Amino acid sequence: MSTITLASKRRRSALRTLAFMSPWLIGFAVFFAYPLISTVYFSFMHYDGFKPPTWSGTKNWTYVFEHYPYFWPALRNTLWLVLVMVSLRVVFGLGVGLLITKIKTGTGVFRTLFYLPYLAPPVAATMAFAFLLNPGTGPVNSILEKVGIPAPGWFNDPTWSKPALTLLALWGIGDLMVIFMAALLDVPQEQYEAAELDGASAWQRFRFVTLPNISPIVMFAVVTGVIQTMQYYTQPLIAGKVASGVIQGAGTQFEPGYPEKSTLTLPQLVYNLGFQRFDYGSACVVALVLFVLSMVFTAFLMRRRGGLNLAGD
Amino acid sequence: MPEKSWNVISGAARKGASRRAAVALAASASLALLATACTGQSSSGASDDASKDVTINFWHAWSAASETKAVDDLVAGFEKAHPNIHVNVVANMTDDKINQALRTGGDKAPDVISSFTTNNVGKFCSSGALVDLNPFFKKDGIDPETTFPKAMNEYTQFDGDRCSVPLLGDAYGLYYNKTAFAKAGIKSPPKTWSEFETDAKKLTITQGDTYKQLGFMPNYHGWETTTEHYFGQFSPTYFNKAGKSNLATDPAFTAGFELQKKLVDELGGYKKLETYRATLGDEWGAKHPFHTGQVAMQLDGEWRLGMALAAKPKFEIGVAPLPVPDDQVSQYGKGYITGTIAGIAANSKKQNAAWEFVKYITTDTDAVVGFSNSIHNVPSTLAALKSPKLKYDPRFKTFLDIAANPNSTTSPASINGGVYLATIQNFGYDYESGKVTDLKAGLKKTAAQIDTDIEQAK
Repeated sequence: MSTITLASKRRRSALRTLAFMSPWLIGFAVFFAYPLISTVYFSFMHYDGFKPPTWSGTKNWTYVFEHYPYFWPALRNTLWLVLVMVSLRVVFGLGVGLLITKIKTGTGVFRTLFYLPYLAPPVAATMAFAFLLNPGTGPVNSILEKVGIPAPGWFNDPTWSKPALTLLALWGIGDLMVIFMAALLDVPQEQYEAAELDGASAWQRFRFVTLPNISPIVMFAVVTGVIQTMQYYTQPLIAGKVASGVIQGAGTQFEPGYPEKSTLTLPQLVYNLGFQRFDYGSACVVALVLFVLSMVFTAFLMRRRGGLNLAGD
Repeated sequence: MPEKSWNVISGAARKGASRRAAVALAASASLALLATACTGQSSSGASDDASKDVTINFWHAWSAASETKAVDDLVAGFEKAHPNIHVNVVANMTDDKINQALRTGGDKAPDVISSFTTNNVGKFCSSGALVDLNPFFKKDGIDPETTFPKAMNEYTQFDGDRCSVPLLGDAYGLYYNKTAFAKAGIKSPPKTWSEFETDAKKLTITQGDTYKQLGFMPNYHGWETTTEHYFGQFSPTYFNKAGKSNLATDPAFTAGFELQKKLVDELGGYKKLETYRATLGDEWGAKHPFHTGQVAMQLDGEWRLGMALAAKPKFEIGVAPLPVPDDQVSQYGKGYITGTIAGIAANSKKQNAAWEFVKYITTDTDAVVGFSNSIHNVPSTLAALKSPKLKYDPRFKTFLDIAANPNSTTSPASINGGVYLATIQNFGYDYESGKVTDLKAGLKKTAAQIDTDIEQAK
């Protein structure tokens, strides 16, 4: 009798737990598990959105990896942006955060000045940058030419298009600055005082006090930065369109990744394959590549997290 | 759809099925729902009564105020003739949006669509997104072959499926600055590409690292100087009888690529031209480089004349057909033809009413002429081309003649839409910039890419 009661209690407890967890479970099933399963399924199907899907085996995978001319350039660009843009954004965001926490007067003004660009809509910000960096008429190149510095082609030059996108990303550093400022202000002052008493230099205080304390925030910034960059779509698309001159025209041919595929990113391929060519199967392949890459990067960074805890806590 | 998926999951859980089974069931059910919900029908067995009071949705791509007004006037004419059919007009719709809406369906989805490009006709037809209009034409005793110009008949169908109908056309010609021509001592517009090269060089005035006046912007990014518009003058055959790309085998393509590359090199080189292009005004704005006199010759469609005149340029505008290869002088007067198309959504439940609208806007001579007069596009029926009600600047006649010229060309519809044209254009970018130097090998590789893309779409 008591065994039955215990089993019944356990079952009720399990059901209660399940009930409390159900909102998350529902969200996970509907917004993650189902789309993921569907994406895997459709990656093996030929489907254009009209005719019923038909099994195509590994045809879509072979097409994307071996024959789709934009895949490898887009993958290289995405990896470049993950490595360079994310790193620079974290370093710059931390630098600005440090600077503003050290400023004695006018902190509010500087904080606002650095945060405001983050609020600019991505399309407007990218168009503004494309005009500012226009190699022929942009003020940036006019100034560079006046001081005798060779003016780059920026968004019109395949060598400079990604650095130009990185500049745009650094301009909108407000989000990271705020997060880092909060973390920096949270570092216990007594640790700095103790380090000073021990004769630690400014660099040593940063290296052995600041960095270990804010390492979880640095990790957060890196992981979210990697995931955001994997989804990087609007800015490279708009920059390419504005610079190529194909900003409008409902029937105009569009060259993806102008110039010379240098601004092409994987999310643009998902759109191109899925919603322009209506080759949902191949679009799913690219989406899965993005998913796997995000998982690999995140897993790698999470494993390396210990390395960032420099004090070895 | 997600709501239904959840019902399946919760139902399975209630019955105590295993979690794995529930997930599998949910996935299968969701996929089944997805498949059935997204699958349209391609037959044109319309059964609605077009004599009853009905409202249809019409999506089109025009966006300028004068253009949307012209569309509204066209629709008003139709509603006057068919008081029971009301048209809900949605402007500024690109093909991407149209394609997505055609797949989604529903009350707000378009019953009739109009696209600025003929590039997607193959995709519209082969996917079944738009209904085959042949039964409708037959029912009303209209013969498309005798109603529309030849090239327009070609680009509105794919594999015998006439899923679209021409709604005004575009013809490409040469605009030239008569004042600059006179200053350079050029007496008439060039008829051959050799003459064109000479004139373009004569008209080019450099100024340091840039130009005071450029004879012609040859780069493929120069808006309308796309590969297909150049190639139109060489009369290429894009595909062989087996449906394979002819890019590497038809000498017309080689000649077209070589001509453009020569122009790029002779007029200052790719980099210098691209840097100059970045300084030029917008294609659709008043500061278009031809309007401002920054470029003396322009390959463009018939709409440029109205736009250029509206910009009140400080020079006299000349219009002529584009030059032809030196060995095709007898065909001077031809040009590349494309245009706007209209079609009826396969998902529409009001196809007969939609047909009445499509029939009116595309085959009613007065409606076509009125619309052409307002939009300044080439009329798309043979009757409208000859209509005395057609009002135009004498220079516009050049485009009417190009449209009626039997040697004028178009690019054929393909199962994957304009992908093959974009692939050729992308190769063009690599060739003009010097990234690819071996033209023959490049053409072979690009042809293979086109064939692979088509195979993938099947």
